[in-house]
Amino acid sequence: MGFNPDVLDVLCPMHLMLDAQGIITHVGPTTQKLRPDMVLQGLSFMEAFNVMRPRGIKTLAALRQAGQVKLHLELAGTPPARLKGVLVHDGGGAMIVNLSFGISILDGVRDYALTNADFAATDLAIEMLYLVEAKSAAMEASRMLNQRLQGAKDAAEEQAYTDTLTGLRNRRALDETLERLLNARAAFAVMHIDLDYFKAVNDTLGHAAGDHVLQVVARIMLEETRASDMVARVGGDEFTVILPKVGDIDVLERVGRRIIDRIEAPVPFNDALCKISASIGTVWIQSSRTATRETVMEDADLALYASKNEGRARQTMYTPELRSSASSANSTTPPKARGTAKS
Amino acid sequence: MHGLIYRSFQNYITDSYGRDTWLQVAARANISPPDFEAMLSYDDELASAVLNAMGDVLRRERGDLMEDVGAYLVSHPNTEAVRRLLRFGGMNFEDFLHSLDDLPDRARMAVSDMAIPAIELHEHAAGCFSLICETPLEGFGHLMMGVLRVMADDYGALALLDLERGSVGRDIVRIQLIETDYSHGRTFDLGARAS
Repeated sequence: MGFNPDVLDVLCPMHLMLDAQGIITHVGPTTQKLRPDMVLQGLSFMEAFNVMRPRGIKTLAALRQAGQVKLHLELAGTPPARLKGVLVHDGGGAMIVNLSFGISILDGVRDYALTNADFAATDLAIEMLYLVEAKSAAMEASRMLNQRLQGAKDAAEEQAYTDTLTGLRNRRALDETLERLLNARAAFAVMHIDLDYFKAVNDTLGHAAGDHVLQVVARIMLEETRASDMVARVGGDEFTVILPKVGDIDVLERVGRRIIDRIEAPVPFNDALCKISASIGTVWIQSSRTATRETVMEDADLALYASKNEGRARQTMYTPELRSSASSANSTTPPKARGTAKS
Repeated sequence: MHGLIYRSFQNYITDSYGRDTWLQVAARANISPPDFEAMLSYDDELASAVLNAMGDVLRRERGDLMEDVGAYLVSHPNTEAVRRLLRFGGMNFEDFLHSLDDLPDRARMAVSDMAIPAIELHEHAAGCFSLICETPLEGFGHLMMGVLRVMADDYGALALLDLERGSVGRDIVRIQLIETDYSHGRTFDLGARAS
C-alpha cells in the first residue's frame, strides 16, 4: 500500500516521503518552510539529515534497523534546525518521516515565521504557544506583585517602632515620644539604663546567652513600669524608659531600685548563670521650656556616668551640679579612665 | 472576582483619563489603598461599586462605558498581551468567533482561579451569529461587543454588531459577518512576544 501525499500534507504537514533507496520523493509544506531555498526533493535523506540520536547511525540500513524509535535529527543548511522525528515503512518499500520541533517549538515558530496554517488542525502547537505566552504574562504579573510586596516590607521595617529581639520600642519610637512630650511641655522622667558586665556574658557564654539576657531584662523593665510608660532598647545593652506624669521623685527611686534588684538576680542559661547588673541615670523634667531632646538625653547620660563612677548598680538623679563636677573632673581626668579605675 | 478584571478597569481609566481620574473613582468606590493588584482576588460586591463610580465620575452610561472598556482591552498598547492571546483563537474572524466558546477555559488555563462569564456562539445562517453572554455584571454584553468590534478590525473583517437584551442575566450580541477579508487588518506573528 502507498500513502497519498495530499492526505499526509493535511494530517502531518511537517513530513517527508522517501523511496526504498532513501531518496526524498515528497516534501510536506511545513518541512519545505524550514528550507525555502533548498530543493529537498531528490536528495538522499541521510545527506539532508544528520541523525544525532540514537548515536552511531550513519547509513540508511542502520536507520531502518533502529525501528520506529524517536529520532533526534539535524537538518543540513542554516539556520541550524534540530528536530524530532519518527520513521515508518509503508509496507511497499517506501518510508515516511514525520517531524516536529519538540520543545524548541517557540524558536521554530519565530525562526521560520510559521502560522496556524503550518500546523495540523489537531496539533497542539498553537495551544502550547498560547499557554507559554499566557503563563509568561501571568508570571510577570506575579513577579511584579512580589517585588512590590518586598518593597512594602522593606519600607515597613524601616518605619518600624519595635526592636525585633526584645519586642521593646526602638530609638525611632523613643525619639518621637520624647519630641511629643517636650512639645506639649509635659512633666515626665527619662531613665537611661545601661547594663553592667553584659559584655562579659556575651564574651564568655556567647551571643545566644547575651540575647537571652536581653530578653529577660526587657521583661523585667516592662513588669516594673506602668503600661503608660515606654521602654525602649536604644543600643546593644542600653535602654531608655520614659515615665510620664511622675508625681514624686521617690517613685523614680523605687522603680529604679526594683529594676536593678531584679536584673541582679542571676539568669540561668543552659548550665551557666549569667550575672549582670545595671546603672541608671534619671532626669525628671517638670514642664521645661528650654529642654530639647538632645539636652534631655545628655542630662540622662551625665547622671548615668555618675552612677557608673560611683560603683555601678545604682541610680543617679540628674542635677545641674553634675554638669559642673563633670566638667571640672573632665579637665583633670577623662571620665572613661575614672570609670575603669573604679570598676 | 479576579484582580486581573479589577485591574483592567483601573488601567482603562488610568490609560484613558489619567491617574487623577482613577483616584476620584477609587475614592468614590471606597477602595483603599487606591490600587488593585492583578494577582489577588477581590470581593465580587466591589465590581458594581467600581463601575458605578466610573460612570459617575465620567458621566457615562454603563453600556457605553463597558463597550469602551472592551475596545480598550484589545487595542491599547498596554494590553497587547490580551489581543495576542485572543488572536491565538483563530486564523480569521469566523474562526475566532468559534473559539469564544472556549474563552473561559482558556482563561482558566492561563490563570487557574480566573473565572470569566460563560459565552456561547450560535450560527444561524451563513455569516449570521449570535453570541449569548451571561452577565453577572450589568454591561458584560456591551464589553464583549467592544472586544468584537476591535477584533473584527484586527482580523480585517467587516461585520455588523448589535446588542439585544436577553432574559435577566444574559445579553445577546448579534453578529453579521459581511466580509472576512475586507481589509488587511493587523498582522499577528505567532512567534513575537508581547512586551
